Amino acid sequence: MTFLSRARLWFDERFDWAGLVGPLKKKAVPVHKLSYWYFLGGITLFLFMIQVFTGILLLLYYRPGANEAFESVQYIMTRVQFGWLIRSIHSWAANLMILTAFLHMFSVVFLRAYRKPRELTWLSGMLLLFLAMGFGFSGYLLPWNTLAFFATKVGTEITGQVPVIGHSLMVFLRGGEDVTGATLTRFFGFHVAVLPGLTILMVLVHLALVQYFGMSVPPGVEARWKAARGEVREMKFFPNFFLRELMAWYIALGVLGALAAILPWELGTKADPFAPAPAGIRPEWYFMFMFQTLKEIPAKVWRLDGEVIGILLFGVAGLLWTLLPFFDQVGQGRGRRFIMGVAIFAVSYMFAMTIYGYVAK
Amino acid sequence: MDTLRNNALWRAMFLFVALLLRVSIARGQAANTCLDCHGALDPPLQVTEQQFANDIHSQKGLTCASCHGGDPTRADMDAMSKTAGFRGKISRKDIPGLCGGCHSDGAFMRKYNPSLRTDQLSQYKTSVHGTLFAKGDTKVAVCVDCHGVHDLRPARDTQSKVNPLNVAQTCSRCHSNAEYMRTYGIPTDQFAKYGTSVHHEAMTARGDLSAPTCTTCHGNHGAAPPGVGTVQNVCSTCHVFQAEMYEKSSHKDAFKAAGLPGCVVCHSNHGVTQPTDAKLGTGPEGVCMQCHSPGDVCDQARAKMLVELSQLDQAIKNANQVLAVAESSGMEVSEARLGQDQARDSLVKARVTIHSFETKLVEQDIQAGLATVAKNLQAGKDALRERNYRRIGLGVAVLAILIVLLGLHLYIRQIEANAK
Repeated sequence: MTFLSRARLWFDERFDWAGLVGPLKKKAVPVHKLSYWYFLGGITLFLFMIQVFTGILLLLYYRPGANEAFESVQYIMTRVQFGWLIRSIHSWAANLMILTAFLHMFSVVFLRAYRKPRELTWLSGMLLLFLAMGFGFSGYLLPWNTLAFFATKVGTEITGQVPVIGHSLMVFLRGGEDVTGATLTRFFGFHVAVLPGLTILMVLVHLALVQYFGMSVPPGVEARWKAARGEVREMKFFPNFFLRELMAWYIALGVLGALAAILPWELGTKADPFAPAPAGIRPEWYFMFMFQTLKEIPAKVWRLDGEVIGILLFGVAGLLWTLLPFFDQVGQGRGRRFIMGVAIFAVSYMFAMTIYGYVAK
Repeated sequence: MDTLRNNALWRAMFLFVALLLRVSIARGQAANTCLDCHGALDPPLQVTEQQFANDIHSQKGLTCASCHGGDPTRADMDAMSKTAGFRGKISRKDIPGLCGGCHSDGAFMRKYNPSLRTDQLSQYKTSVHGTLFAKGDTKVAVCVDCHGVHDLRPARDTQSKVNPLNVAQTCSRCHSNAEYMRTYGIPTDQFAKYGTSVHHEAMTARGDLSAPTCTTCHGNHGAAPPGVGTVQNVCSTCHVFQAEMYEKSSHKDAFKAAGLPGCVVCHSNHGVTQPTDAKLGTGPEGVCMQCHSPGDVCDQARAKMLVELSQLDQAIKNANQVLAVAESSGMEVSEARLGQDQARDSLVKARVTIHSFETKLVEQDIQAGLATVAKNLQAGKDALRERNYRRIGLGVAVLAILIVLLGLHLYIRQIEANAK
């Protein structure tokens, strides 16, 4: 008896191995011309795993604190063996993860995968996207460089504009009235403890829901299958789809390695809280469309503060977007058509505003 | 017709009442009625309310009567009567004494500005202006020529004639006027030369108000040209280290013996430009060979120092180029960049040490700079080597990934073929 067989027997005697892996064996993935979009969720998960792995490695050398953070990242980039690779992969993977999460979200919208009974899957996915953006916002400050310092200052200032709770929220985020070393340690705490804990929990919920409901089939494909007397094309998750997903992960790994080697993530100059804000302060690209919109709104709209109106609009839009599946069944297909229209507008608006944000002076 | 007449009558009554009100209000406030007339007169008798409001004396509560006498509370010509103590226009010969009457009185000035000096008049008496004035030359500058009159602003005001930004222009009003200066037999190109100088550039282009202007070197109230033997004392107020080196150098005594004006011999005075290493050369900018002979020991020292300076300058530029390439490849070389600042400091220090004319001292600074720059260059080269290593690593990794992808692809095909 080989070691593997003995180990299998040992587990079988205690945990009913066959019962545990049974559902996974039966799990199947629909096969159609839009099946490629199914890979995006898996790639996002892979990038998150990369983040956890590289993040732990960075933790070995990173020191939170206004007097040490920049120097420790500089040390990682110049002195630590392969430190540059780990830090660059961490930064690039963070951005790619947000990108694939956004693409995954929009693919779910356009393929209407959010529809009944998967409303909670959508909801957990949206929460994961918000958590990912929280990761990005908190992680951006950690190297304590000039651009990140002032971008965080502007970002938390915008939070301060939220009616009623804004100021308290800003003070909570900053750990005081201004962005200081206290903000850095606070963001560090969010970034390495609070957010990972919540995210891992939410990833498990999301995966469990995906597992429970199975992969959604786009309505058009579903209708064609029904017309063809229930002929359903599927492939096994293990190993067929999983191996293909593995190929996608390898490609992602190659892209990450290339980006890290050819375009190592830059460090900039150390933040000086007493220096005047440099020109060209901007947030990470995924906040750009909101940042640019807030810049474009006039300071006063009627008697109301323009920035407050912008924040409220984004708040309401974000909430409605999160509750999107619940509008799908409204009216005789009107809700569905409305969602499609809104989604097309949202993609175009975010894309155009992001580009405008980078080219506008 | 009646309507027209009525209108004219009403207007006349209104003006009369307005005048009465103006006079009564003015009396109530003990106002300065001089401006009522002098505001409407033509120059040179004109003094507008606007001008006087900007005047520091007016702002401190002084009135026309403080200098001119008279009683400004009277609304008629009695204000300028002898009985009211009216002195009229102040004669030029009385101006320094009149201004000094208050400005040399420490107790009086303390009430207005305790930090203001009170030695202007005594300094003026030592100046070229003051000594000629004492001999009866009233063409020379007196207080109001530089400070203005009636709209006299404090020096910190950028519109003041004596604000650092305007001092050269103020002096040039006389000193660039060849006709006016003809009797004094001094050049009138100082302002034009100053306009081309590094000092003027620092003042106007860089906005450095501490940069030298006329008064910085010549003094203000005690203005006089620095003596030949004391020029370096003037320059050394800012160029401390250069002066320290020069003091110990062999040039000091040699220049003194030859009656040469120190720093000015090599750097000129009003038109002093940004010195370059070419000053040590033998080209048109070179200064050493104006006195020294080719091949002598000083010429050899000059050539050695020039070569060393050029060597360090070029080494810094080379290292900068390598670091720039490394930086544009995304490599982190900020530490070496900081090191380059140190190397540049060594170069600047060597250029200062030149004033000692000691080749050994200059060489020390050059060697320190070269050692720093070598370290920085090595860091740049290491960064480029590391960049190439990473790219090779990437190539190997991509190859490995491609092999795995191919393997996975073949494996999937195999298991799917077996399943069929």
